[in-house]
Amino acid sequence: MMTSNAWLLLGVFLAALLLSAKPLGRYIAYVMEGRFHRARPVENILYRLSGVKADEEMGGLRYALALLLFNALGVVAVYALQRLQAGLPLNPEHMAAVAPDSAFNTAISFVTNTNWQGYAGESTMGYLVQMLGLTVQNFLSAATGIVVVIALIRGIARHSTATLGNAWVDLTRATLYLLLPLSVLIAVLLVSQGVIQNLDAYRDVTTVEVTRYDAPLFDADGQALKDDKGSPLTKPAETRTQTLAMGPVASQEAIKMLGTNGGGFFNANSAHPFENPTPLTNLIEMLAIFLIPAALCLSFGRMVGDERQGWAVLSAMTLMFVFMAWGAMRFEQQGNPLVAALGVDQGVSALQSGGNMEGKEVRFGIASSALFATVTTAASCGAVNAMHDSFTPLGGLVPLANMQLGEVVFGGVGTGLYGMLVFAILAVFISGLMIGRTPEYLGKKIEAYEMKMSAIAILVTPLLVLLGTAIAVTTEAGRAGIANPGAHGFSEILYALTSAANNNGSAFAGLSANTPFYNVLLGIAMWFGRFGVIVPVLAMAGSLAAKKRIPVGAGTMPTHGPLFVTLLIGTVLLVGLLNYVPALALGPVVEHLMLWMTA
Amino acid sequence: MQSLLRPALSVFVLLSTITGLAYPLAVTGIAGAIFPEQAAGSLILQGGKPVGSSLIGQHFSDPKHFWGRPSATAPQPYNATASSGSNQGPLNPALVDAVKGRVEALRAADPNNSRPIPADLVTASASGLDPHISPAAALWQAGRVALARGLPEAQIKALVDAHTEGRQWGLLGEARVNVLKLNLALDALEH
Repeated sequence: MMTSNAWLLLGVFLAALLLSAKPLGRYIAYVMEGRFHRARPVENILYRLSGVKADEEMGGLRYALALLLFNALGVVAVYALQRLQAGLPLNPEHMAAVAPDSAFNTAISFVTNTNWQGYAGESTMGYLVQMLGLTVQNFLSAATGIVVVIALIRGIARHSTATLGNAWVDLTRATLYLLLPLSVLIAVLLVSQGVIQNLDAYRDVTTVEVTRYDAPLFDADGQALKDDKGSPLTKPAETRTQTLAMGPVASQEAIKMLGTNGGGFFNANSAHPFENPTPLTNLIEMLAIFLIPAALCLSFGRMVGDERQGWAVLSAMTLMFVFMAWGAMRFEQQGNPLVAALGVDQGVSALQSGGNMEGKEVRFGIASSALFATVTTAASCGAVNAMHDSFTPLGGLVPLANMQLGEVVFGGVGTGLYGMLVFAILAVFISGLMIGRTPEYLGKKIEAYEMKMSAIAILVTPLLVLLGTAIAVTTEAGRAGIANPGAHGFSEILYALTSAANNNGSAFAGLSANTPFYNVLLGIAMWFGRFGVIVPVLAMAGSLAAKKRIPVGAGTMPTHGPLFVTLLIGTVLLVGLLNYVPALALGPVVEHLMLWMTA
Repeated sequence: MQSLLRPALSVFVLLSTITGLAYPLAVTGIAGAIFPEQAAGSLILQGGKPVGSSLIGQHFSDPKHFWGRPSATAPQPYNATASSGSNQGPLNPALVDAVKGRVEALRAADPNNSRPIPADLVTASASGLDPHISPAAALWQAGRVALARGLPEAQIKALVDAHTEGRQWGLLGEARVNVLKLNLALDALEH
């Protein structure tokens, strides 16, 4: 059961997305092809300062090496800023240095566009780290994703050449002409609705009522005291002060969405009213997540000289997305039978959204929360406006499955499209085998080398996820983090590894992941999940660029019609999701059966 | 490798300066100039002193006030320096126990009211700082508040109606009542 308002919301969202993606797709092609000549003098100054030879072209390997080096520098910078923050300016709350394992995890996390967060922002990070460390990587990791797909598109569009473009020029253009102006626009829109943007110290207010609570007791080292049974010792306390966390939130929020990063300024991410105060900001944030991934499909069509190719890929993504959104909205609206049994009204009416409201905000209700969850995991964003850990079993299966498809349903900026193009190449290869034609895609013959690279790119993430989950569930350190008993606890671990290896960053956040074990395991999964795909994709791009173009003939399979869209969806579902069926059966599926049998 | 190192370092430093310092500071400047109240946290002032933010919920337990969503922040509810949900899964016995306890507390505070309790009133919000409850959750409490204040229930319900926001643009999000604003208006009735 999906409400009429939910359908309407989905329709308005898609209409607004497609309308804005079209002009943006043209614009991206325009700036990335270097046709924005008027900005050239400014660009040239930057290149001269940086020692960049702007017309020096790079081959696939060199391009990959440049990106690896650039991103490694990012890791060092973000790590150092966190470790040194106690002595740095713009830290009004005097946040202490972040622990080494957590700082390592966060550095990898933000550089790989994952933005998994083991820490709680408002009690860990000073403003300088948020700005100069995290916001910077929100831009640069997004730019890295964009330039990789641009290089792959060039590999397809060019022929008989050894080169793909200049990584420094591409990174600069993607950042300055695309990400920066859109971020300023979105940030100001967000502030107008109530997202905060300041560098002030945290603000104390005097509340209307006195709050009475149990305050935990600490020993001299700051460790929580526990009784013989291991429960924390507390003493009654009361307060009439509420301390409001402050910070430069809107500027980070804008690029967090636009760059499909997803790392929240605050622990509660986009559920926090200072990050996402109104239903309108929620819509803006959802649109910002899908905007560039959708537009890049159309840029791709333009750059290979056949716009229908871009629309075909975009249609495949949209169809899968609508199905997933329907699933999430339906199951969350259905609610929790165990809660209903306690005399609680979960029905939908004009006066309440009803449904499974645990871990959701009233201003978003079911439709805007479930749609957000689908958007943020279909794209490799990972921002959340509701706690996925408290979703119904099948409602929570949707975000999990979205990520397991390999983040190709819109996906991350750049990463979604290059992931989907790898699947497209696999699809033409499979259909070529079935009907005995030479597989070719957009005039390029697909040969053994391309298939090897595609296979690596597709298999590296399932390998990391399943192996990592196996390690975590079979070790004491891994199981120690589980918050919810039973099948749900397994889902928490599976979700964490899926999210890290696919560079999403959302979580079943009950899992206590800020431990050396998870910080290291997930750090490794994030790094190889990112660059274990980027390197083979760039290698393939280089090899495609070197090929001659074959003219379209009677034996060429068209890659723009409904037949190809169906083939592409079939390939994604079969190859992407089948790896995970046993794991999904052990987690959400078992939990669903237990929930409705108990009820 | 050598020929890549210098551009890598310089491009990194330049783009970091632009996106990590110039950009957030520029947005801070623009925000402070055009939307100063929003940028500073949408504070509610009474007699020049901030009593809260219209975007951040507060904890209420007095029968004379409307109560907000249960909050899972630690150590105290509605701790705005430690936003968090409960992260309890749907089958977790701790969730069922928590909901049961909240149902009992609400029923004990209003023994005459046997209607089913709106879901948002007994489930923890995502942020732990949710400033809103549904209109259904507010109306459910109107009888208790009226009794505790010795005011006619119709007057309390009218106040709830006046504080009910519909869907944004008639389409986005859900209808809602800001609990802090409603309670401040209630308290103002008595002065």
